Amino acid sequence: MFKQDQLDKIAAKKESWSAKLAAAVKKRPEREAQFMTDSGIEVNTVYTPLDIADMDYERDLGLPGEYPYTRGVQPNMYRGRLWTMRQYAGFGTAEETNQRFRYLLEQGQTGLSCAFDLPTQIGYDSDHPMARGEIGKVGVAIDSLQDMETLFDQIPLGKVSTSMTINAPAGILLAMYIVVAEKQGFKRAELNGTIQNDIIKEYVGRGTYILPPEPSMRLITNIFEFCSKEVPNWNTISISGYHIREAGCTAAQEIAFTLADGIAYVDAAIKAGLDVDQFGPRLSFFFNAHLNFLEEIAKFRAARRVWAKIMKERFGAKDPRSWTLRFHTQTAGCSLTAQQPMVNIMRTAFEALAAVLGGTQSLHTNSYDEALALPSDESVLIALRTQQVIGYEIGVCDVVDPLGGSYYIESLTNQLEAKAWEYIEKIDALGGAVKAIDYMQKEIHNAAYQYQLAIDNKKKTVIGVNKFQLKEEEKPKNLLKVDLSVGERQIAKLKKLKEERDNAKVEALLKQVREAAQSDANMMPVFIDAVKEYVTLGEICGVLRDVFGEYKQQIVF
Amino acid sequence: MSEKRIRVLVAKPGLDGHDRGAKVIAQALRDAGMEVIYTGLRQTPEQIVSAALQEDVDVVGLSILSGAHGTLFPEVVKLLREQGAEDVLVVGGGIIPDEDIPELKAAGIAEVFGPGTPLEDVVKYIKENAKSS
Repeated sequence: MFKQDQLDKIAAKKESWSAKLAAAVKKRPEREAQFMTDSGIEVNTVYTPLDIADMDYERDLGLPGEYPYTRGVQPNMYRGRLWTMRQYAGFGTAEETNQRFRYLLEQGQTGLSCAFDLPTQIGYDSDHPMARGEIGKVGVAIDSLQDMETLFDQIPLGKVSTSMTINAPAGILLAMYIVVAEKQGFKRAELNGTIQNDIIKEYVGRGTYILPPEPSMRLITNIFEFCSKEVPNWNTISISGYHIREAGCTAAQEIAFTLADGIAYVDAAIKAGLDVDQFGPRLSFFFNAHLNFLEEIAKFRAARRVWAKIMKERFGAKDPRSWTLRFHTQTAGCSLTAQQPMVNIMRTAFEALAAVLGGTQSLHTNSYDEALALPSDESVLIALRTQQVIGYEIGVCDVVDPLGGSYYIESLTNQLEAKAWEYIEKIDALGGAVKAIDYMQKEIHNAAYQYQLAIDNKKKTVIGVNKFQLKEEEKPKNLLKVDLSVGERQIAKLKKLKEERDNAKVEALLKQVREAAQSDANMMPVFIDAVKEYVTLGEICGVLRDVFGEYKQQIVF
Repeated sequence: MSEKRIRVLVAKPGLDGHDRGAKVIAQALRDAGMEVIYTGLRQTPEQIVSAALQEDVDVVGLSILSGAHGTLFPEVVKLLREQGAEDVLVVGGGIIPDEDIPELKAAGIAEVFGPGTPLEDVVKYIKENAKSS
């Protein structure tokens, strides 16, 4: 980008300036002996063209909407349309969540994002003993199509885009969604949305798995194949670094582990006989936006460039849409504090701004009370308003990639990319992400422990926790509470359903599920047939557990 | 040194899969010289109590972020008492609203450590209150 004689001049200038710097530092010692990003990249005093001397503008940056997409996946980004403001919601029963969805749509939210309770995520009906105490707690309880019908009552599924945070039983929930939409009169081709459907990150960092990796990967490729034909606008997976970051990894590890998981899915789908360009454009990603503002912006830019190279060079994808890394972002839940929770509004705003400057397609901002409980109506509204202020008031969306060309941002983007490749190569050497689950867990645990020690010994400042604490703190009021009666109501509803449906049909359909699981058929049509007749999620997952067995966690710490 | 090392079972009751906190605490207790056993995810109160008895631990540390603490924490204490292991110190942590703490303490949870608690505080509390200390 720079001519050698220019660089030589700058180098000479910097040489003479360094004496000035040394004098200044002597007079006023620096706050830290060494400044570091969260990924352990050393931060210099200042950045100049010397730090990006090897960069080639066309090769490494290009223009937005062009390979390698460092500057964004669309040519005009937010000048055309802002990102989708998608607040994650779900609690209690389908009725209560339906109310929250309609409230958020009325407040200007542009897409739905549904949280399911843990029994649903792990494939247990509400009446299962393992569901004790968990029903409706961290998301909505969905046992059958009946609950799904209530969840989306009066919400036209052909007109909104819905993201469902569901992994192990993703195919079954997607089947329910399709059936509800069809009952509302919409065609499958009209449906827009995303299922998370990322099982590797469940083994690595999040914990809501059911089956062992091999059958899980098969269910995922079944969904890729089915949707490429039947539900063409559906994002069939959201490969999620978010949870890995929440589990404690660094920004560089977040890029690497997420994209290594992506490689594993692409490999599995190709092995199952699919063409990379058949499903490549429907892969989407999910990242965390953490507190280290500039490193986070660089992280998103680096991730886009790495994925473009992986798809084009490693997998030979030809469709440019397969090269683009499109992603949803959520601000870092683990960065929020229970102490002085209102300060979380600022933390979230800066994280959200990093996501926007990094070029996200969709964003969830956390609510300030989430270190204490599920968000209340008031706190979720402020979180949504945070996005709207960034989008409409502060002007950062009027230009694409406004920090592109910053010596520091470009240097950091390059360094994060280099670190990410190192990890990806290490994972490749271990045989890919599925084989490297233990390795990634260990890396994450070490990073999490170091992070906590840094807070404990005050190397890292957390306002309200290890600095600027208040002596007397008033706790926020109006926290959302999900009481135990939700579980009782849900169990009663399920009992009634099981009495009233055609149980002979249910038995026959479960037999079909079993036979399909034992063959190499695509499971999606069987799931759709089953859920239509109100076969429950727990019943279907019970059969899958029976056929495939369950995954057992390796204890690594 | 003949001083007996404190044995701790760190457990994740319920279905919640977020075990960053549990593992960090486990590591910190181990670094502080205790013997630590981590159960892994998705343990029922019955499984936790059975592991606690089998491992003859002095302390059970429970971690939940899903909101199921009100049901599952007291169940662990109750089962320990039924098995005659009432001297085992039971502590908890996670996303637990302040207003739930009195009820948990009444049910026999000795202490609840909320988000932002320094590791040192947890280590110190356990050293001072574990049965073998």
